[in-house]
Amino acid sequence: MGRISIKNLGKAYKVYPSRVARMKEWMGLGTAEQHRKHWVLKDISFEVAPGESVGIVGINGAGKSTLLKLITGTIQPTEGSVSLQGNVAALLELGMGFHPDFTGRQNAYMSGQLMGFSVSEIRGWMPAIEQFAEIGDYIDQPVRVYSSGMQMRLAFSVATARRPDILIVDEALSVGDAYFQHKSFDRIRQFREQGTTLLIVSHDKQAIQTVCDRALLLNAGRLEKQGSPEAVMDYYNALIADKANSRLEQISREDGRVETVSGTGEATTTSIELINEQGKAVEAINVGEKVILRVTATIHQNIERLVLGYGIKDRLGQVMFGTNTHITAQVQENVRAGEKVTFECEFQASLGQGSYSVQTALVSSDTHMVDNYEWRDLALVFQVININRQHFAGSAWLPPQIGIHRT
Amino acid sequence: MTAILRNLWAFRAFISGSVRREFQSKYLNSMLGIAWTVIQPLAMILVYTLIFSQIMRAKLPGIEGDFAYSVYLCAGILTWALFQEVTGRCQNMFLEHANLIKKVHFPRLCLPVIITLTAFLNFGIIFVLFTLFLIVSGNFPGVVYIALVPVLLVQLIFSVGLGVLLGVLNVFFRDVGQAYTVIVQFWFWLTPIVYPVSIIPEQLRGLLAYNPMVGLMTAYQTIIGRGQWPDWSQLVPMLVLGIIFCALGLRLFRSRVGEMVDEL
Repeated sequence: MGRISIKNLGKAYKVYPSRVARMKEWMGLGTAEQHRKHWVLKDISFEVAPGESVGIVGINGAGKSTLLKLITGTIQPTEGSVSLQGNVAALLELGMGFHPDFTGRQNAYMSGQLMGFSVSEIRGWMPAIEQFAEIGDYIDQPVRVYSSGMQMRLAFSVATARRPDILIVDEALSVGDAYFQHKSFDRIRQFREQGTTLLIVSHDKQAIQTVCDRALLLNAGRLEKQGSPEAVMDYYNALIADKANSRLEQISREDGRVETVSGTGEATTTSIELINEQGKAVEAINVGEKVILRVTATIHQNIERLVLGYGIKDRLGQVMFGTNTHITAQVQENVRAGEKVTFECEFQASLGQGSYSVQTALVSSDTHMVDNYEWRDLALVFQVININRQHFAGSAWLPPQIGIHRT
Repeated sequence: MTAILRNLWAFRAFISGSVRREFQSKYLNSMLGIAWTVIQPLAMILVYTLIFSQIMRAKLPGIEGDFAYSVYLCAGILTWALFQEVTGRCQNMFLEHANLIKKVHFPRLCLPVIITLTAFLNFGIIFVLFTLFLIVSGNFPGVVYIALVPVLLVQLIFSVGLGVLLGVLNVFFRDVGQAYTVIVQFWFWLTPIVYPVSIIPEQLRGLLAYNPMVGLMTAYQTIIGRGQWPDWSQLVPMLVLGIIFCALGLRLFRSRVGEMVDEL
């Protein structure tokens, strides 16, 4: 149960030069086809095994929503096939097609009936739906008076009132407030543990990385990349910055992780090292140790502004800390070709035990969207081990002074 | 065909729920509620009665009695309103429910079924009141009343077929909806509903044979107005046309349903 298989899926929209042209074609006048096909998705094939969670990423217009609509059957494929095993709950865009004049309760019934459930089944879930949505008396108000967040709360509560074999969520969750996002992700995680197959479209890197086993990257209607969420997200970030004469490559490291390098190449990092207090380059450090991240950049072309950005990510790819020399007001101006620039970032590694990676960016401003000379993910990997600190849990080292008062 | 019916049956909860919701939102949100269903056609009948039978002193040969003209008028106007509601809403149904169609996967043919059921429900309410009026005023036609059932059935086939055909076409060619609104106006006045056939000049009467609604309306008027069995042969053109429309509509729907979502 809960298997999704997609084979050579493609979707093209017919574009007619005019309404008259469509009529001619319908009537069979003229021998030539009047329309041309505009392909929005092509050659998509993948499988999602039961219980697997897959995230789909891609820029706006890459075809993510179209893909989900094809999978749920709302639109029909031009070629290829979709097969689903098990029952599906889908949250496509906002509101599940709620009718603005009907009350939230009526819409909940309608959505349930559209999923093929009977009134008595829905009636049984209704208290739970109301409780989860937490929209209070609004449940009996027409949906047109709802905020988008409230619509989303109701839609999510209805769609997940019963655990489906396959749950498909399109971006909808980003509408909710932080509280509800947590709540809904908890429910998604819970379903996942119980064996629900998950397909999520999101721009939220963190969501993809924490919930998904695998990620797919759609670009211009094609499946450009699939793999571990971290590798795909890194590639995706590099892709966003993809410009003319920019390179983008992924290097598989010995430990099986994938290093992503992209950029236009005016400046490149030639060495990245983590230096301990003894001045030695190391790969393992103690919790709370003072270290220096030394990044050396070689300049190949004259650059007006040079900014180094770096981030430390945990093993799931979530950023523990990140900053750049724009934020610290240390922008290097008028850097000449041939120069070497060495950045020494000294900090205390207040990190919990585990494996961490460093990503670096050589850019011209606060973001890598303007000029991206070089972006390097997993540039350096290091371990944090607890040598002499008290045992603790988590990724951050926040040693407390605990005061206890008994009265 | 059986697949379509099975699909619709599987979604019966949605269909019945939608009819109930439409009914509720129509009546529960207004203060006069269900009264509006009666007030609207009643107002129309009053206007026509006043203008045609009183001011214009229209001659209605073969119809006598105090309420004769009003009864004749109701027989046509109430059933025409049903026809207009079904076709008018069907031609717009896919556009109206674009929001739902684009987001949720369900058998699209639920929509005409919902529309038809809702329209017949509204019609049922007003027709029951009309029947009570007939009984009270002594105009009840008696046993021929049951002839209404097959006549309504013919009308149902015709309007659903035409409605689905228009509905699909309207998605691709929005002119269809606009044109139909205009056409239906002319159609109403070119059908003897507020006036009797007899006031049409002899030489033009032959043209009425090309209007399938004439046979239908005449049947209602014969049953209710005159209390006689209708001339069944008059309904044959409409039945044939209705079946053709249903077949065409279904074929068009099946071949274009996928493309339709892309156009919404």
